[in-house]
Amino acid sequence: MSDNQHSTDLTKQDGHELDRFQDPGIPAHKSRMADRDPKAAKRAEKQVVILFTISIIGTIGMLVAFFALPEDTSIAGIRTANLIIGLGLAFSLLGIGLAAVHWAKTLMSDHEHVDERHGQRSSDAVRAEAVQALTEGAQDSGIARRGVLKGAVVTALALFPLAIAVPLVAEVGGDWNVNKFRHTLWKPKMRLALDPSGRPIKAEDVTIGSAFHVIPDVPEEVRTSHEWISEKAKAIVLMVRLDPRDLKEAEDRKDWSYDGIVAYSKVCTHVGCPVALYEQQTHHLLCPCHQSTFDVADGAKVVFGPAKRPLPQLPITVDDEGYLIAQSDFLEPVGPSYWERLK
Amino acid sequence: MKALAARRHHRFAPVVLLLLALLVTGGVYAAFAPSPASADTASTEDIETGQKLFQANCATCHGPSAEGSDTVPSLVGVGAAAVDFQVSTGRMPMQMEGPQAIQKPRQFDEEQTAQLAAYVASLGAGPAIPTDEQVDASLGDPSNGAAVFRTNCAMCHNAVGAGGALSEGKFAPPLWETSERNIYQAMQTGPQSMPVFNDMNVTPDEKRDVIAYLVEQRDGSAGGLDLGSLGPVSEGLWVWIVGMGLLIGAAVWIGAKSS
Amino acid sequence: MSTSTAGPAEATADYLDQRTGIAGAVKEFARKVFPDHWSFLLGEIALYSFVVLILSGFFLTMFFVPSMGLVTYHGEPATMDGQLMSEAFASTLHTSFEVRGGLLMRQIHHWSALLFMAAIVTHMMRVFFTGAFRKPRELNWMVGFLLMILGLAAGFTGYSLPDDVLSGNGLRITDGVVKSIPIIGSYMSYFIFGGEFPGEHIIPRLFTLHILVVPGLILALVALHLFFVVLHKHTQYPGGGRTNANVVGFPLFPVYVAKAGGFFFVVFGVIAAMGATMAINNVWNYGPYDPSPVSAGAQPDWYMLFLEGSLRLMPGQTEYVIAGYTLSLNILIPAVVIPGLLFTFLAVYPFLEAAVTKDKREHHVLDRPRNVPARTGLGVGFLTAFIILALAGSNDLIATHFHLSINAITWVFRVLLFVGPVIAFWITKRICLGLQRKDRELVLHGHETGRIVRFAHGEYIEVHRPLDDQERWLRVNYTAHAPLEIEPATDSRGVRRKGYKKDRRMQRLSRFFYEDRVEPVTPSEVAASHSHGEHDALGAADTTHAVESGSAVGGGSHIVSPDDTGSTKH
Repeated sequence: MSDNQHSTDLTKQDGHELDRFQDPGIPAHKSRMADRDPKAAKRAEKQVVILFTISIIGTIGMLVAFFALPEDTSIAGIRTANLIIGLGLAFSLLGIGLAAVHWAKTLMSDHEHVDERHGQRSSDAVRAEAVQALTEGAQDSGIARRGVLKGAVVTALALFPLAIAVPLVAEVGGDWNVNKFRHTLWKPKMRLALDPSGRPIKAEDVTIGSAFHVIPDVPEEVRTSHEWISEKAKAIVLMVRLDPRDLKEAEDRKDWSYDGIVAYSKVCTHVGCPVALYEQQTHHLLCPCHQSTFDVADGAKVVFGPAKRPLPQLPITVDDEGYLIAQSDFLEPVGPSYWERLK
Repeated sequence: MKALAARRHHRFAPVVLLLLALLVTGGVYAAFAPSPASADTASTEDIETGQKLFQANCATCHGPSAEGSDTVPSLVGVGAAAVDFQVSTGRMPMQMEGPQAIQKPRQFDEEQTAQLAAYVASLGAGPAIPTDEQVDASLGDPSNGAAVFRTNCAMCHNAVGAGGALSEGKFAPPLWETSERNIYQAMQTGPQSMPVFNDMNVTPDEKRDVIAYLVEQRDGSAGGLDLGSLGPVSEGLWVWIVGMGLLIGAAVWIGAKSS
Repeated sequence: MSTSTAGPAEATADYLDQRTGIAGAVKEFARKVFPDHWSFLLGEIALYSFVVLILSGFFLTMFFVPSMGLVTYHGEPATMDGQLMSEAFASTLHTSFEVRGGLLMRQIHHWSALLFMAAIVTHMMRVFFTGAFRKPRELNWMVGFLLMILGLAAGFTGYSLPDDVLSGNGLRITDGVVKSIPIIGSYMSYFIFGGEFPGEHIIPRLFTLHILVVPGLILALVALHLFFVVLHKHTQYPGGGRTNANVVGFPLFPVYVAKAGGFFFVVFGVIAAMGATMAINNVWNYGPYDPSPVSAGAQPDWYMLFLEGSLRLMPGQTEYVIAGYTLSLNILIPAVVIPGLLFTFLAVYPFLEAAVTKDKREHHVLDRPRNVPARTGLGVGFLTAFIILALAGSNDLIATHFHLSINAITWVFRVLLFVGPVIAFWITKRICLGLQRKDRELVLHGHETGRIVRFAHGEYIEVHRPLDDQERWLRVNYTAHAPLEIEPATDSRGVRRKGYKKDRRMQRLSRFFYEDRVEPVTPSEVAASHSHGEHDALGAADTTHAVESGSAVGGGSHIVSPDDTGSTKH
C-alpha cells in the first residue's frame, strides 16, 4: 500500500511546501434585508402566511370541486373535472412548498456552519481488531480443520436455490414448444377475411390500388376467444392488387398470386411490428416502427431500413364462389428472425 | 417545361375563370340548383363548362382528353369524387413538383369544382361525390369507426388523425381540418400514396363510422392540452421543457441567497 | 432529552428515548451540515418524483385489474363503447372516466415517471461533470447507476400495463429483440410471455414486477444511496474555506427541513399542475391491444427512445445465416451492443478515471467542469450520442414537422452517430481549455477596468483591477493532473519488466486524458507578472510542453492599479 492510501490528511498533496495560493477562508457573511430591517422581516413573514393560505384555499377548493362538480363523463366533462381538481391539488401543494422555502430563505439563519470530515478508512488498530475478531470466530467454528463439513455447507447452500429456481423456470415458459413459431392458422382452402369485421373477400372486390388488411376466415367465437390474439399475431396479412404489368414474380412463385393480387405477412421480419403503411403509387410497404421498407411489386424485398428478409408470402387462389383462399400455410416462419428459424 | 407551363396557367387562371364564369354559366345558373353532392344530375352544360375549365387548367399535365402520361395519372374512370377531393382541397391544380401534391387554398369555387367533376365523371364511370347523409357523423358509430380506423388508417394518419411520415418526404396529412366529405372521398378514391378503400373493403356505413370517430376527436383530449396528440415523443419533450424547466428554476431559487 | 418538567412533548420524547435512545441520533443528525447549491437539488427531484410515483401508484392499484381476460366494455368514451378488450384496458378506461380524480392520478403517475427519469439523468450529469463520483463515492455512483437501470425497468413494465395498441407494439418489439439473441432467444421469449407472444400472462407478470419487485429494489437502493450520502457527507463546490476536510453549509434542522421538505411540495405541485393541464398517454386514443393495428408515431417513452433510434439506424444487411442458424446482428448490435457500450461506459468511468489519474485521495470538493477538459469532453460526447439516438428514434416526427425525407434523416443520423460525439468531445475540450486560459489571464492581470492611463513618454496603458482573494481562490484551487509516468521497459540489468505493456497502455490512456492541460497560476507567477509590469516572462511551473500559458493572451501592456497589495498576502 502506498503512503497516499494511508494518508488521512486531506489537505496536503504531498510532503513538501508547494508554490500555491492559500485558502482565503469562508467569505464574510452578508446580511439580508430581513436581518437588517424588522419591517422587511415582517413583510417576509406575511408573504409566508399568504402562501400557506393559498395552500389551504387550494385544498378546500379541490374538496368542494370533488363533490360539487356535476357527473359528466363526456370528454369535455372529464377534462373540466381533471383541470379543476388537479389545479386545486397543485395550489394546495405549491402553497406549502413555496411558503416553506421562502421562510427558510428569508427568516431562518443564513450563517454558514462548518462540519469536520474524517477519512472513511478505519484506523490500523480498528482494522487489526476486525481481523482478530474474524480469525477468532473462524477458529471457534473450526471450519478450517473440518474439511468435509466445509464442503457439505458449501454444497448444500449452492444447491438449495435450485429447489426454487427449477420449478419456476420449468413452468414459467408454458410448454416451451418453440416450434409453434413455424405455424399459423392458415391452411389450404381457408378463406381470406377482412380485419376486423371478418367478412370473406371476393377477388373481384380487390381493385387495383386498394390495400386489404386480412385475417383467416374463422368463426366469430374463435375471434373472441383467448387464443385468438396469439394466433392473430402470426396470421395477419396485407393484401393488395397491382397491375400485373407492375408485378415482378419469382419463377417458383408465379402461381402464388391471383390476377395481380398478392398477399404478404403483415409481421415485420425485423422485430415484428405490423408493416402496414402501403404507398399505392410506389408499391412500397413501410413499417412505422423502424421504417423498414418492402417492395410489394418485387417479392416484398427490403429496399430500406433495418430488416433483412422479404416478408413471407401467403400463396393464394380463388374458390368456386370467387372468394380468395389460401393455398397453404406460410412456407416459412413469419415475423422476426430467431436462432433456429431455418432448422 | 411542365412546371413552367403550370405556372403560366396559374397566372392567367383567375382571368380565365372570371370570364368563363360570367359568360358561360351566367344564364343557366338561376334555373339550376347546383349541388356539389349531386354529380349524377350533372347537366350537359355543366359537363361542357367543366371541359373548358379542364382544357384551360388541367390539360397541360393530364392531357387534352385526360388520358395522362407516364408520370401523370389518367383521369378516365377516377370519378367525380376524386376530382372533388383533389380540387376542393387545393391539391389540384398542382403548384410545383414535390414528393406529393400539398393542400393549399382552393382555386375553384364549389360550382366550378362541380363542373370539373361532372366533366371527368363523363369520361368513365367512377365513384360519385358522397351525399350529405353518407358523410353525416351523427349517423355513424364512433366505436366501430375507431376499430376500422385503427386497422386501416392509424398506421399512416396516427391513432387520432394527427398525421404521420411516409417514405422519401411523403406524408399522411393530419385530418383535424379535413371536411367530412373529403375524408369520405379520400377513402373512396385513394389520392396519391393512399390506397383505395373501396366499398367492399370499407363499406359506406363503415366509412361514415370512421368519420364519426374522427369528428369525435375534435372535442379534444380528456386529459387537457393534447400536445399535438403525437404520443410519447412530444410528452417527453414537454416533461423536459415544462417539468424540468420549472423545477430547475425552483431549485435555482431555493439555492440562491436571499437579498 | 428526559426532563422532569413534563409537558406533553417532553413526555413523549422521554418515552421514546427510554426505549430507543433516540436522543443520540437527534444530536448527531439534527444540525448536520449540508452545502447549498441548486444543482444538489436535482437528485431530490428524482427522489420526490419517486415518492409521487408511489402515492399515485397506490391509488391506481385500487382500480386497476391486471388481467388479460376479455370483456366487452360499456361506457365512456363513446369511441370505446361496445368493444372487446382486456380487463386491464377496461379497468384503465374505468379509472379514467368513472373514478373522479382517476384520470388525474394516471396523468400524475405518468408525468412523474417521465420526470423521474429526466431528473435521474440530469442528476447523473451533475455528478459526472463535477467529478462527484471520485473516491470515496465510486460505490455510490454504482448504486445510482443501478437506480437508473431500475428506473428504466420500472418505466418499461408500467408503460405496458394498460394493454393498449401502442404499448402492445412495444412489447412486440421486445419480443422480436429477445428472439434475436443467439441460441436461447426463442426460449427467452417463451420465458417472458409464458408461451407465444402475447399470450395471456404478460400483463399480470409485468404488474407484479412493476408494483412489487422493481419498486422494492428501488426503495432499497434509494436507502443505500442516501445512507452513503450521510456517511460521506455531501460534496461541496470549491470556494473560500471549502476543503476536503470540512463541509460548509446550513444545518439540516431547520433550514433543510424547510428547503428540502418545501421542495417536495413544489415537485409534487408542478407534477399535479402538469397532470391537470396536459394530457398524457390517453390510451383510448390507441385502443385495446390487437396485433394487427399500429399507429404512426409508434415510439416508447423518452428514456427508451435511444434504443428505438438505435434500431432504426441499423442497416438490415447484417443478418447472417451460419451453418443453418440465424444470427441477427441487425438487431443484436443496436439493441444489445450499443446500449451495452453506453451503459458500460457510465458504470466503469469512475474506475477508469481513477486508473489513469492514479489518485488515491478522497475528494469532497467538486471540480469545475473546465478544469478537467477530457472528462467534460467525454461527458458531452456521450450525451451527444444519446441525443442523436433519441432524435433518430423520433425521425418520423422530425420528417413531418420539418418537411424532410425520413430516408435522408436516417442517413444523416447514421453518419452523425459516429462523427457527432467526436466533434462534440473536441469542441468541448477546446472550450474548457479556453476557459482555463481565461481564468489564468484574469488571475495574472486582473479585471479590465476600462480606465486608460497615459504615461509621460506617451504610452497608453489600461489599468487592471486585481482579483479579490475569493475570486482568485476559485480560479487557482485545482490540480491539473499530468499523464502517468511509468517505469522503463527494462530494469537496470536490461531484463524486460513484467507488466510493462499494461503500464504502457495505461500511460497512453492517461495521455489522452491529461496531455493538454492548463496549470493553475502560482503565487510566484503572479509576483513575476506584476514585477515585470508586463507578462512576457512566466514562471517555471508552466513548462510542460503542451501547456499553453497566458503569455499569448492580453495583447497589450497594462499596469495593476495601486490598491494591489500583493497576491500572497492574507
